[in-house]
Amino acid sequence: MTKVRPRSGTRILPRLTDTNRAFWTGGGKGDLLVTRCEKCHRWELPPSQECTACGGPTRPEPVSGTAKVYTWTLNHQKFHPDVEPPNLIALVVLDEQEDLRLATNLVDIDAEDVKSGLPVSVEFEDYGDVFYPVFAPVEPK
Amino acid sequence: MTRAPEKDAIISGVGISRIGRRTGIDGLELTLESCRKAVEDAGLRLDEIDGLTSLGDTPPPAAAAALGIEPVYHGGGFETGGLLSPVMSAFIAVAEGKARHVLVYRTVQMMGGEYVPQDEGGEGGEGMSEMRRLMVDIEEMLAANAFSAVNWLAMHCRRHMEMYGTTKEQLGWLALSSRQKAALNPLAVYKDPLTMDDYMAARPISTPFSLLDCDVPVDGSIAFVVSHADYAGDGASPPVRVEAIGGSPGLGGWFHRPDYPKMASIEAANQLWSRTDLRPSDIDVAELYDGFTFLTFAWLEALGICGDGEAGPFVEGGQRIALDGDLPLNTYGGQLSAGRMHGYWVLHEACLQLRGQAGERQVTSPEVAVVSVGGGPIAGCMLLTS
Repeated sequence: MTKVRPRSGTRILPRLTDTNRAFWTGGGKGDLLVTRCEKCHRWELPPSQECTACGGPTRPEPVSGTAKVYTWTLNHQKFHPDVEPPNLIALVVLDEQEDLRLATNLVDIDAEDVKSGLPVSVEFEDYGDVFYPVFAPVEPK
Repeated sequence: MTRAPEKDAIISGVGISRIGRRTGIDGLELTLESCRKAVEDAGLRLDEIDGLTSLGDTPPPAAAAALGIEPVYHGGGFETGGLLSPVMSAFIAVAEGKARHVLVYRTVQMMGGEYVPQDEGGEGGEGMSEMRRLMVDIEEMLAANAFSAVNWLAMHCRRHMEMYGTTKEQLGWLALSSRQKAALNPLAVYKDPLTMDDYMAARPISTPFSLLDCDVPVDGSIAFVVSHADYAGDGASPPVRVEAIGGSPGLGGWFHRPDYPKMASIEAANQLWSRTDLRPSDIDVAELYDGFTFLTFAWLEALGICGDGEAGPFVEGGQRIALDGDLPLNTYGGQLSAGRMHGYWVLHEACLQLRGQAGERQVTSPEVAVVSVGGGPIAGCMLLTS
């Protein structure tokens, strides 16, 4: 079962729509749900109604939740009155497809231990409707 | 090759206001300073200006009223050039005969300076829909507590470092070189010498970017008069000719492009080169956007001035990009040291250099200048000649 964590503080979460709802709420049932084309089976983020590669219809499907760190930054500057730095921000590539990228926060790891290609897996922060996907190292330090 | 319409445009006049940090000067007053200078520099009277366009702060109706002009052309026509779009639109407008002399200005204030066109038409307004289209992934970034372009572009930079071995010191060489040039620019806000130790010790903002990788917010205004090419020679100042422009539809947003960490600058540069017979080796001086140090690296590579991953070694040591180097770069000190005129000082400086009027920082007889503005999904560039 995928780990559910308490919320980590204020997050600016998107307005839920028919297109993005599955992605942002699927964690409530333990699944990271990503748009997939029914025709060409390509995965797609951000969530969309139509496949941007072939135009086919899409539906949300669960992914494994495992990923690799692609790039990252440790933010030190306070940009939002309710969000305290530092913030460990990253792009991860989901293991399902080499260009399936997700912006997220890395948890349970120090910034100096982050490396490109580091294996990570999804956990969800409980924001009520939204279960926000964060990623933790697969190998605990 | 079809003749690109922008070749029928010239920049006939340039003007710059006082520039400073927290000046307390009203935006309209700064706007009037730059606009009046640009019109005078073009050898025109205000009543000969028949177009007026801008972006962001100090809306054109207020400027038109204060200048006492009644322009018939208000912008539009080339909408994918990012922050340079008003200038590019003016090129097309004079080429098509929609206007003869278009005044284009950009006024920024430290607490203003919107990065994207403001929403002027409510929820469904054109500016807002344009922003949403360009920033398909903005919701993901905000949800991840990545609120600023400094966060988004820091990740491009980190990826570039991972792929090519680009170093923090190489970013620093751009900052150091820019500071040396700013010392020769009377209007630059930061002129004190900068050492590599200073650069490396600056407080981190969003790693690998620290304070000295970020541009300096200022108050100021810059204006241009764009005229039809048949006005060349009739004006008060040497004309700057427009060789080619390039913009980008910004596909893929901030981080969903397959070729990440490349950016929309790729498509903008490709469009530019498709509209001219000149090649990157013809460039004599380059004024490339530096909202963050890394953006200049991205433009050097996108424009083909150096190969993918080669921008770090290209600027390292600073000799190649010095005023007397192979490719003088950001000769006014850049937004990093001169000030964040949000894409318009690069153009102003290119004009001064091509006109031979850049004072102590003048490079030797440049004939071709490249100007670029933007980062992420927003990009525009132009090639200008003397």
